Amino acid sequence: MNRHRSTAAILSLLVMGLGQLYNRQIIKGLIMLAVEAAALMYFIPNIGRAVWGIVTLGEKTQGLEKIGKISVRVEGDHSIFLLISGLITIFLLVIFIIIYVMNIRDAYRNGKQRDEGALPASFRKTVSYVLDRNFPHLMLTLPVLGVLFLTIMPIIFMVMLAFTNYASPDHIPPAKLVDWVGFQTFANLLTLKTWSHTFIGVFTWTIIWAVIATVTTYFGGLLVALLIEQKGIRFKKLWRTLFIIPYAIPQLISLLVMRNLFNGQFGPINQYLGYFGMGKLPWLTDPFWAKVTVIVVNMWVGIPVSMVLILGVLTAIPKDLYEAADVDGASGIQKFRIITIPFVLFSTAPILITQFAGNINNFNVIFLLTNGDPVKGDYQFAGSTDLLVTWLYKLTLNNSQYNMASAIGIIIFAIVATFSIINYRRSRSFKEEDMIQ
Amino acid sequence: MGRKTANFVRLTLSYLVLIAIAVCAVYPALWVVLSSLRPGTSLFSTTLIPESITFVHYKELFTNPSFRFGVWYVNTLKIATLTMIFSTILVTLSMYALSRFRFRGRQMTLTIMLVLGMFPGFMSMIAIFIFLLQLNLLDTHAALIIVYSAGAVLGGFVVKGFYDTIPRSLDEAARIDGATHLQVFMKIMLPLSRPMLTYVALTTFTGSWVDFIFARLVLRSKDNWTLAVGMWDLVNSYQNSNFTLFAAGAVLIAIPITLLFVFLQRFLVQGLMSGASKG
Repeated sequence: MNRHRSTAAILSLLVMGLGQLYNRQIIKGLIMLAVEAAALMYFIPNIGRAVWGIVTLGEKTQGLEKIGKISVRVEGDHSIFLLISGLITIFLLVIFIIIYVMNIRDAYRNGKQRDEGALPASFRKTVSYVLDRNFPHLMLTLPVLGVLFLTIMPIIFMVMLAFTNYASPDHIPPAKLVDWVGFQTFANLLTLKTWSHTFIGVFTWTIIWAVIATVTTYFGGLLVALLIEQKGIRFKKLWRTLFIIPYAIPQLISLLVMRNLFNGQFGPINQYLGYFGMGKLPWLTDPFWAKVTVIVVNMWVGIPVSMVLILGVLTAIPKDLYEAADVDGASGIQKFRIITIPFVLFSTAPILITQFAGNINNFNVIFLLTNGDPVKGDYQFAGSTDLLVTWLYKLTLNNSQYNMASAIGIIIFAIVATFSIINYRRSRSFKEEDMIQ
Repeated sequence: MGRKTANFVRLTLSYLVLIAIAVCAVYPALWVVLSSLRPGTSLFSTTLIPESITFVHYKELFTNPSFRFGVWYVNTLKIATLTMIFSTILVTLSMYALSRFRFRGRQMTLTIMLVLGMFPGFMSMIAIFIFLLQLNLLDTHAALIIVYSAGAVLGGFVVKGFYDTIPRSLDEAARIDGATHLQVFMKIMLPLSRPMLTYVALTTFTGSWVDFIFARLVLRSKDNWTLAVGMWDLVNSYQNSNFTLFAAGAVLIAIPITLLFVFLQRFLVQGLMSGASKG
């Protein structure tokens, strides 16, 4: 009775595509055979070295070797390259295994259909079935692959780095090898006073900054959008155009311009303060004023983004809601409170969270405006306005403390991610996702 | 106070606030444009409007052999346009799928996306760098386009939120009439999502236009640089001694994006949704 289904499944288990050929799905079977052939050709020479590389992180240092009478420079193992290429191979292997399992299940399903007396689906039929039933999966394939290799794999790589001793001066490839050290980096971070003091200080400022930055830009944007969309305001298009200008200017440019604008000596802001008889302010050189400047400039940069976003959401509010409210005799304020605000909040709740997270990692504003300065003496490689990200940047690119940077990154990431997931799951737009039908 | 007076006060106040915000929004841009036209090189100036106007700084950008401003311009335009096209397609398709369809692992995908979006981007740059090296893609524009487009997907929650607000009855009706998923998407959803598409297109375009951290890492040779990398270099080596030249470069970089915004912004605000679902 179930002869076809088990035969097809076993054949596909042995060699990918055989079960499909047995089920007389020739094109599908041939495609799968080709996939398996390509996979074998890739994995056989690569898999052993990948595992060896990840486990040992290389065994031979770069050095001089005597060949006859001359010393020749011999390339050693590059620990970091070994780690990465090993990871890539393992990722590809996992993808291949998933495809393999799907291949067996497919052979089994088609065999079952034959057992039940149905003809196997033709290639064209298969394609249209996939297009219909697996439409969302199909649409997500390419993005998922991109995210897998360009986001997830690098993250795993960075996590692994935290458990190595990849740092200057003694463990930087290609000259030196890197080793696995377990939790040593984390222990150093928590027990060494200089590290823990900097960490707590920078962390506190990052949170304060992210809260203020998110709140000011969101409500600023909401205010501006509602101001423009008011009944009776003329030249709506002109206002929008004017207010979009800060967004339209590349941040790289506008922030560097702001740096000049707030220049304590020659900048126009202090010139104007002078005209009005007020003293010059140390905008970028005093720790407190530098923080104020960063927040003010961030409002200038961020409010247009929120405005555009909220304007977009406002256009999506069904007009009949307002018409119904008019019929019921609702006042402007009532309509605003009962229709506009809930709708805007519902649509933008996830954005608010991502904006908060984005502000925690807001690299540009800090890096381009203050570069983390003014310098703080008792900090380890950090300044007064440094966020965790800019600190990590300095740790990696200027000071080659890769393992420490990774460890800090992991801790921050864990905190932020936990917070955001809880917050996101609580938000209305998650629970009542299907509210609007 | 009558209704008319109240309305008048409200509008007057609104206009005052709008004007104040407009001044703040425009002032830095105006200042840079005017600075770029000022003779000399200094940051300091006693008046906002220069006493005489000169275009010599613009000319210098293209004639000074140590800059390749023209080449960088073309590079940036190419990268930003292609990134915009690819990421808009990827983001729209994937977010539409995540918003409209219910399938196994969907909730988890969303959560993972949210979490991944929070990882500090440049922390993964070393890995991406080596990955690109292995694929022999270093110092190519293709590398930037691929990485930007793949990264754009994680920022697509706005689009998902937008699709969540489009009434279900629309596509269900079309499905009953026999339309395939692709037809529903192309014929009904795409026209409706023009404001959102514009938003995604603009953000991805500007994103790749301004990015310099990653571009600087990947693009090695001066002829392959983008404007951001070139400007960064210019700022680092000349800014303090030559502010007006920097200002001229800044104006040239800002112009296309500003024009794009002005040109496309009507899509952002047009109420295409109005009355789409009638009972």
